[in-house]
Formats: sequence, structure tokens, C-alpha cells
Amino acid sequence: MLRDEDRIFQNLYGQDDWRLEGARRRGIWDNTKALIELGREKIVEEIKASGLRGRGGAGFPTGVKWSFMPPDDRRDGRPHYLVVNADESEPGTCKDREILRYDPHVLVEGCLVAGFAMGANAAYIYVRGEFYSEASHLQVAIDEAYEAGLIGPNACGSGWDFDVYLHRGAGAYICGEETALIESLEGKKGQPRLKPPFPAACGLYGCPTTVNNVETIAVGPTILRRGSSWFAGFGRENNTGTKIFSISGHVNNPCNVEEEMSIPLKELIEKHAGGVRGGWDNLLAVIPGGSSTPCLPKSICDTVLMDFDALREHSTGLGTAAIIVMDKSTDIVEAIARLSHFYRHESCGQCTPCREGMGWVYRVMNRMVTGDAEVEEIDMLWELTKQIEGHTICALADGGVWPVQGLIRHFRPEMEARIEARKSRTGAVPAQAAE
Amino acid sequence: MSEAFAFNAATEERAQTIVARYPEGRQQSAVIPLLDLAQRQAGGWLPTEVIEYVASYLDMPKIRVLEVATFYSMFNLEPVGENFVQLCRTTPCWLRGSDDLRAVAKDVTGCGLGETSADGKFTVVEVECLGACCNAPMVQINDEYYEDLTAENFRSVLEALKRGEDPMTGSQEGRTGSEPAGGLTTLTSEGA
Repeated sequence: MLRDEDRIFQNLYGQDDWRLEGARRRGIWDNTKALIELGREKIVEEIKASGLRGRGGAGFPTGVKWSFMPPDDRRDGRPHYLVVNADESEPGTCKDREILRYDPHVLVEGCLVAGFAMGANAAYIYVRGEFYSEASHLQVAIDEAYEAGLIGPNACGSGWDFDVYLHRGAGAYICGEETALIESLEGKKGQPRLKPPFPAACGLYGCPTTVNNVETIAVGPTILRRGSSWFAGFGRENNTGTKIFSISGHVNNPCNVEEEMSIPLKELIEKHAGGVRGGWDNLLAVIPGGSSTPCLPKSICDTVLMDFDALREHSTGLGTAAIIVMDKSTDIVEAIARLSHFYRHESCGQCTPCREGMGWVYRVMNRMVTGDAEVEEIDMLWELTKQIEGHTICALADGGVWPVQGLIRHFRPEMEARIEARKSRTGAVPAQAAE
Repeated sequence: MSEAFAFNAATEERAQTIVARYPEGRQQSAVIPLLDLAQRQAGGWLPTEVIEYVASYLDMPKIRVLEVATFYSMFNLEPVGENFVQLCRTTPCWLRGSDDLRAVAKDVTGCGLGETSADGKFTVVEVECLGACCNAPMVQINDEYYEDLTAENFRSVLEALKRGEDPMTGSQEGRTGSEPAGGLTTLTSEGA
């Protein structure tokens, strides 16, 4: 188990003062100037060496992403921007909220260091609109940092000018997609852009931009202080570091917890979340990485490790590391149908396969819940998800159909039994979808 | 709502602070925050003239502002009650009993989903994931989150609001945040 001294988020639960004084006591803003004096290249090198992969879901290597920003000798006069994605909306995920409200200075300091490393003089932190009090804490932290000279002109005495701005959204899951977030930040509907051009070439206001998740940005200064090898020492190769896991659903003590990457799922749930309600043998399934990641049946949960590669081997993913636990009392078909409702609601409407497809998936899933379907329609539903997946501008549609694929992959017998039960009950052919 | 909607002094000051966050010529970036301010001043929703006011304030075509107002779920295009009750319906809250909360809301406020009570005190809607899943089930009422809800404690929250009181926000079971209710398993070391 990770030792407390190796936890980056020392105030994850708000036990201590979240304001500047408390933050300084926890080592935040401790000689940040020295981190900046490492220079752009060295910072990016260290982040690469640490093995840090993006904490917002996609898991792209962070140092590599930062290196896409034009270097100093290739600047063309356009400003560079760091945009922090605090639009946390992936069902099951509630980790960034804790950073925003209880350790906001970790994020603000992270913005300065990451921003400098990409040649940016400004950061916009896009916070989901519903996080009202979280945004208020963050604004207080930003104001305190300006007041103390930690950001603003000559931030921390480093010679680098750096502004941090809070921007509140207004309720749209799609704005967690980086180009939709940029559109939204420019004052438009949050509809994703085609890539290329990638944001590092043409992002916010047409300028070089990097969008990173809150947790990704927040861990930067600690990695630099303690060294890339410290961070790389946790977890398996290619899956390094510490990570905040959100554990929700049918556990005795739902919680967020910072642990070592690659920790076994069972250990994580039993050690920190008080175990599955009714005991491990009462487990039905787990959604391992936020709603977009396909569920896993108990047989896999028994041994699977919580990291990018281990979960990929089981056709799912680490995503945001938000674990949704379902015990044997769960109607698994309805649990997934609820997610289909979510994606239908959140589709931005730009791409036809998503706008129309999410509605189809939801309507078929609704009939699967009651068994008002034919067994062959399970195959049709599978085919439908394959027609949607990979055929849209962004990954929302992929994330919308993966849970359904996971359901069919692991719980097809349950779906078939439900259809048979309905047939033997009513003896009738199913009513077709009403719409 | 009179036709001559205009930001009051307090809103105007906040609006100027927000507009100043964006580069010269990029005032459109402020449209979401300004619609939010406008909605607060207008009593929780956005009548057409308010949308038009924001459009002219930011020198934007009205249709661009209307597009934004209709795209984002936090903008209300119809009046809502004094307490805007948003029940989270997504899987993590549903697994922990969000359906029971819907029944409690109906019982205390008289409102089914999408309805506003006759006295204007409550509007009840269902929404998608609000991002507090480790404190599920939860409900947002105006700007506040009410978490770790049960049928009983949610009833108390709503009844307090009905009496015009300010019930405790956040976890209704005394958690500070999302620490395990059974006692800390991490961050227990001296100085941590």
C-alpha cells in the first residue's frame, strides 16, 4: 500500500486548511521558482521520464503532449495557452472536485509549472458549472496566489509572467472533450472540432494550446520536486505513478482514495471502500474506469490490476479510474440502459451516427430491460454499436456504445433469459420500438 | 420581467471582471458566465429580452447567444421555482437509491418531474451525473449539493426548505468530503 508520505494530495478529504496558509504547510508553493529554473526542456524531459499519462481518461503520455507545443525558437508571435479541463462529468468520477475544493493551490501551482513548460503565459481552468462552491474555492486560491506574487507578473520571482483565469461552464458533458471545451471557452456551443489541426498547433483563439485534466496538471510540481524516478517507482512499467480512484456504488464505504497505480481491484475495494456490500462473493460486476469503460464480471475482478494495460487486456480501460461497483441485487441491464440514456442526452448532435444512434441504442436497451425483444436483436444491437463506434468526430459515441458492448460480452445469458422469461409470460411477439 | 432588463450595479461589476479575463476582441468568451449572471438576476431563468441584453452587451448576434442558452443544461428557458431541485438519475446515484428520492420529492413538494409547485417554492427535475458519485445519492438545489441522502434525510432537507430555512448542505451524514465513512484508511500519518 502507498505510504502517506508518498501521497500527492495531502488534503484530499478536506481535513486541513485548503487556503494558502494550509497549502504552504503541506509544501505547496515551496520554492516553485527553482522548478521553473529547470527550464522548459528539462521539465518536459522529467515529466516524460516519470511515465505520467493523462488522468482525464485517454491516458496519453503527458510529457509527449507538452512537447507538441512550439519550442522557444519556433514561436511565431501567437500566445500559447494552457487550458485545464475541470469539466469533470464522466459518471462515477468525482476526484477533480476534491482537488478543486480542498487542494486548489496544488492545481494553481501546477498551472504555473506546466504553463511555463509549454511557453504559455496564461491558463484557463474550465470548471463544470454545477461545481459552484468548488469554483469559489478555486477563485479564492487564485486571488491568494496573485496577492502573494505566486502568479501574475514575475510569478514566484521567476521572471515568467503568468495569469490564471477561472472559467465556469454551464452543464454539458461534451465540454470535457478538449476541442469542444475550447469551442465552449470561445463562447460557442460545445461541439468538437475535427482534428487535425490539433490544439497544440491551433487551439484556443487559433493559438497553440494544450488541454490537460486537473489531476494531470496538479501532480506536476510534486513529480519535479521528488524526481521522475520517484513517481516512476509506483505501478507497473508504462502504468506508473499514483492515482486518485473514485469508488462508488455497492460498496460499504464509497470514497476517493489516492493509491499506487496497478493495485489489484479487489485490494483497492476491500482496503479502502470497506468491501463489496454483502461480501466479495456478492459482487456482480464492476465498471472500472468511468461510465465509458465496459463492465467486468466478478471472475475478472477477482484478479485484475487497476492500470491502463491490464484493463485493456480485458477489452476495457482505466479511463478516469472511477470504479462503479454493482452487487448481485443489481439489474445490470437497467444499470447500462441508464448510461445509454446519459449518452443520448449528452450527444452534442453534430455527427449523425451519434445523434441518431444514441437514441436507437437507448430505445433498444429499454426493451432489453423488460425483455420486450427477440434474441436476435442482441446481435442487432451489437452491430448497431459497431456502426456507431469510430464513425464520429469525437469519442463520446465510442464511450456511449462501449458499456453496451461490455454488457453483451459478459451478460448475454442474462439478456437472453429476460427475453425468454417475457415470452413465456406473455406468449406474444414483442412490441416494436414505439419510436 | 420588464422589457428594460439591464444588469444592476452588482451584476455589472461582476460582468466587467469576467469580461476582462479574455483577450481584447474575444469578449464572446464571456457569454456563458454572463448568461449565468443574467439568469441569477432575472430570477432563475432567461426570458428572451435577457438573452437579447447579453447579446448586445457582448456585441454578439442574438442567435449565437440563443444557441448557447439552448445548448447548455444549466440555462432555464422557462421560469423555475425558488428551490430548483435537480435529482441525479445516473447509474452511480441510481445504484444507491435515487429512485426513492424522486418519491420523496413528489411527496413533500407535490411536484412530479418537470413540475413547479403552485406556490412557486419548488421545481423538481431529473438531471444526469453531477459528479459527486462517492457521496451518492445526491441532489443539487440551486447552487448547493446535498449528499449521502436517504429518503429520511432528504425529506428533512426539503421540509426545511419548505419552511424557508437553510438546511445543512453537503453530506447529510457528517462526512467532510469523500473520505470512507467507516474511518480513514489513508492520510492518517502525523503531519499528513
